[in-house]
Amino acid sequence: MTKAGFTIKAGAGLVVLALCLGAPPAAGEYGDVVINKRAEQEGMRPVVFPHWFHRIRFRCKVCHHELGFKMRAGANDVLMTDIIDGKFCGMCHNDDVAWGIDRCDLCHSGKPGLPSGIYGSHSTSGPGRW
Amino acid sequence: MLACCVAAAAAAGEWVPLEKDGVHDPASPAIRMLQQPAEALSKLPPDTAGNMVRWVEALEKGVINPRTNIRPETKVEILDGDILMNLNGSMPVVRFPHRAHTLWLDCKNCHEHLFKSKIGANKLSMLRILEGEQCGLCHGAVSFPLTECARCHSVSRNLQPAVSGAVVPLGPDGNPVGAPPASKR
Repeated sequence: MTKAGFTIKAGAGLVVLALCLGAPPAAGEYGDVVINKRAEQEGMRPVVFPHWFHRIRFRCKVCHHELGFKMRAGANDVLMTDIIDGKFCGMCHNDDVAWGIDRCDLCHSGKPGLPSGIYGSHSTSGPGRW
Repeated sequence: MLACCVAAAAAAGEWVPLEKDGVHDPASPAIRMLQQPAEALSKLPPDTAGNMVRWVEALEKGVINPRTNIRPETKVEILDGDILMNLNGSMPVVRFPHRAHTLWLDCKNCHEHLFKSKIGANKLSMLRILEGEQCGLCHGAVSFPLTECARCHSVSRNLQPAVSGAVVPLGPDGNPVGAPPASKR
């Protein structure tokens, strides 16, 4: 067996070993944001905001400039009443651009108990506060 | 064992389905209605990090055409100009492309609260970036991660301009216009 072949097989073995050692932690797709400041207290699942889904359809500037979302996860205090009033998510989620606020489950689709934060983004394992 | 290796290699380029991603509730009725990452992202130019998608390339090639604004009166600005950040480290010089950034972002997303619009006025720190500040507000969270050093540190020190931090138009080869050709250096 070549050295490279051995390295690949050893790496694959480690991956298999890691997969066998219990359930993986909450991962999400890169850039997924879980929003659970109030949702669960109010009896709803946490919200999962997928950046990948939105950026296929909108440039960052639409939400982070026009709609006023700050770029730091957790820095936005968004109430359901704001959304109903057409602010933040409600600028598009109004049954016109995107599904309306009556489709609760489509946004409130997160795993119960997850804390707010940005997921799937710790690729550097650095001391980040994401 | 070989089959296992092949499976592991294939898995590296795939996206985890929503019901198994650890953030969605598998019992949520949304799972069968929401778009799966693999369905959307597998059609875009492939990458090796982040969403495994070259987002700027997808935009430039017209594979996606995300909306630039919701309000008709919003002014959409694109700035074409590169900044070379001639830091005194051992890494290659950082080339910051305004165009790639303004295709996605508005000027006000970065100016003036994150970065001053003045050459030399911004003190960048890799440690702060790793902490999720400055460039790290996006890079490492939604845009390509901080493991991809050479995408920012992309210009050889031998090509750096005489003036630190100058805005330098770059030629099609990615090097500063006016720099001597490689054969003369």
